[in-house]
Amino acid sequence: MRHLLRTPAGIAGTLLVALMVILAIAGPLIWGAEAERIDSAAILQGASAAHPLGTDNLGRDILARVLVGGRLSLGLALIATLIGAVAGVLLGALPSVLPRRAARLVTGTVNALVAFPGLLLAMFTAVIAGLGARGAVLGIGAALAPGFARLTQTLAASVAGADYVSVARMLGVSRWRVLTRHVLPNIAEPLILNLTQALGGALIALAGMSFLGLGVQPPSFDWGRLLFDGFGRIYATPAVALGPAAAIALAGIGFNLLGDVLARAASRRATPPGEAAGRPVPEVGELGEPDQDAVLEVRDLTVAFPGGVTPVRGLSLTVAPGEIVGLVGESGSGKSLTASAIGGLVPYPGEVSARRLRLCGADLDELPEQERRKLLGTSLAMVFQDPMASLNPALRIGGQLAEVATVHQGASRTEAFARAVDRLEHVRIPEPAARARQHPHELSGGMRQRAVIAMGLMGEPRLIIADEPTTALDVTVQREILRLLREVTDETGAATLFISHDIAVIGELCHRVVVMYAGRVVEELPVEGLASDAAHPYTRALVASLPDMETDRSRPLASIPGRQPSPAEVPDGCAFADRCELASAKCAELPPLIPYRAGHRVACWEAK
Amino acid sequence: MIIKNLTVRFGSFTAVDDVTLEIPDGAIVGLVGESGSGKSTLARAVSGLVPYTGAVEGVDPGRVQMVFQDPLTSLDPRMTVGASVAEGLRLPRAARQAEVERLLTLVSLPVSLAGRYPRELSGGQRQRVAIARALGARPALLIADEITSALDVSVQGAVLNLIRSLREEIGLSMLFISHNLAVVRYVSDVVAVMHRGRLVEAGPAEEVVKAPADAYTRSLLDAVPRLARS
Repeated sequence: MRHLLRTPAGIAGTLLVALMVILAIAGPLIWGAEAERIDSAAILQGASAAHPLGTDNLGRDILARVLVGGRLSLGLALIATLIGAVAGVLLGALPSVLPRRAARLVTGTVNALVAFPGLLLAMFTAVIAGLGARGAVLGIGAALAPGFARLTQTLAASVAGADYVSVARMLGVSRWRVLTRHVLPNIAEPLILNLTQALGGALIALAGMSFLGLGVQPPSFDWGRLLFDGFGRIYATPAVALGPAAAIALAGIGFNLLGDVLARAASRRATPPGEAAGRPVPEVGELGEPDQDAVLEVRDLTVAFPGGVTPVRGLSLTVAPGEIVGLVGESGSGKSLTASAIGGLVPYPGEVSARRLRLCGADLDELPEQERRKLLGTSLAMVFQDPMASLNPALRIGGQLAEVATVHQGASRTEAFARAVDRLEHVRIPEPAARARQHPHELSGGMRQRAVIAMGLMGEPRLIIADEPTTALDVTVQREILRLLREVTDETGAATLFISHDIAVIGELCHRVVVMYAGRVVEELPVEGLASDAAHPYTRALVASLPDMETDRSRPLASIPGRQPSPAEVPDGCAFADRCELASAKCAELPPLIPYRAGHRVACWEAK
Repeated sequence: MIIKNLTVRFGSFTAVDDVTLEIPDGAIVGLVGESGSGKSTLARAVSGLVPYTGAVEGVDPGRVQMVFQDPLTSLDPRMTVGASVAEGLRLPRAARQAEVERLLTLVSLPVSLAGRYPRELSGGQRQRVAIARALGARPALLIADEITSALDVSVQGAVLNLIRSLREEIGLSMLFISHNLAVVRYVSDVVAVMHRGRLVEAGPAEEVVKAPADAYTRSLLDAVPRLARS
């Protein structure tokens, strides 16, 4: 309810609809007698103090009639909408329970009806059903039904494709039960939202029907009828027509605004409510002098979202030239957001803060916007899990790569294209010149990922951030991409930050491993020590729970009980304590990340 | 049961090409292959979700159940865990409650989870709910299609342990599909390898892993990332 009153549109919509509902309930009770009182002394008057909107041909007060007519207008609109919605939902849902051929017939009929102009359908039905309110309501209902049917069909089709419907079918659940238990409850929300908007439409359409003389007949009256009666006098006494017209417009606007706001609130429900966290950066320890040799130096990086959601909590990381650092963690550990924060790609409304964020010896926070962009554009290469997300499907591969050189390095188009072909060859794409003229969809997944890496090599990258670059690929292709990444790192002397959930892949590729848990680094160690020297219980459990080709099949696999806390509920102390066998009272206090051995740091009170 | 000369065609494309594979009673047959190898299509054909030519003998089509990759999409978000698990039960209403509790216990979940919704559970717990629901239909064959691929490593172990204990405790026959050779090797008695719609190799798990006969199996084995353990 709160989000309704947050925007001007929401406030206006809610107020207007509330006003209309009150009017429909109270109007006839208060002004009912006044609206029917015939006064032969005041026939066809214009606006005056006694009759602000004038009087009609029997001397009745038009303002009173507008206030009373609201009940009929709104009531009929409501009935028409319900008729349309019920008929539409039934029509739309039928195909999912009928046998295939009958289902196709229903779908075809709905498609034909959708193509038919709504107003014609309404008038046609109204003429058949007979003049008057009943005909108009049935007509508008018939006009609304195809839209509802189409919406229901589309929504139902998306739910019908869901795995849980396949499961229900395999379990032998009947089509009818699938419809009532799985499909309808999961599409109810958008249907109800559509209902609110349709109500506004029905109100206006009914007014239109009455105005055309097809709707409410005297002595009954609704807003449309009042408009019809007053329209002939609009040049002489405009108030008599403008009153009912304004009522129709306000009601229509009110319902549409409310429907819009409800729909928007529903689609945005994913983001938790609340104010931006804006946590201060923790002042932990000495910051010290910046490391001049490091390609990337991050100190106390925090990424926070509104509502107290803090996926990255004071992360520190240093990457040296030529080094491949693996950042490993489970889903929700904050590893990908760390990459986004370094690349300046954290989506709104995320807030990034760090005590130090240096790339290639330059402080990213202190650089002017333009220079920062140029530095990120040429020195940083990012490779993501889905290469299609990094490539524009409408553009040719070569053109996309060349863009990097024309934008950041001021190369001419021919030079840039030649360099693009050269880079494609460098990542061992066969026939690079021909591939450069192809679109992304013409390449296989592995080739696309190579093209993205080639795009990163268009500049002179000092740092390559690869975020799960092989997760969507087959193992044989994964192996080639890992080899390519290693070669590229060796040749260019660039550093690589390789992010993955797969500790085996990290173990194969990287020199150094950084383990993340619930937004913090819990351990940092040379890769040689990963299998046997890990000191943090979480790292040890991760390694133990991973089956490999030598795992003893007669013994159960290790697993960690419980789950990683979500970014909104990370405790102040050690986040792993809940799942840890070694946990003690001391773990309520956050263990610092401290040196354990040479090149090995760990954040655990129990690591000795 | 045995799958005989099973072929699935989508238009002119042959997704599964003349596959013959035996699943001995009470055994876990692991099926590995890369994306597009036809392993999931084979599973869907055996479950009766896609039309095929050939034969599936020794099992009633109604007694095949399948567990999907992502438990978040295979559980109805608006149904409680208990209601989801009860869905496949063909029991009088009074007996359902007890059966739901038995099934949840069988997959090592606390009975108290029955009133919760899928979004309140961890990935591993959700997957165990999906397994419990499939077991409720008393399947003669359970097909597990990439059931650990969407899970984190730390909970994957618990699900794999459950699969093995189900075989030992209730003698469940299973077709276990995964792209992860190490996972397949760990849970399966027999390993079958698919490549471009064809079955290229099938044999006892240790044999296939130690002495692969097919060149493609060898390249798959070579590509498995390994953690150097001492």
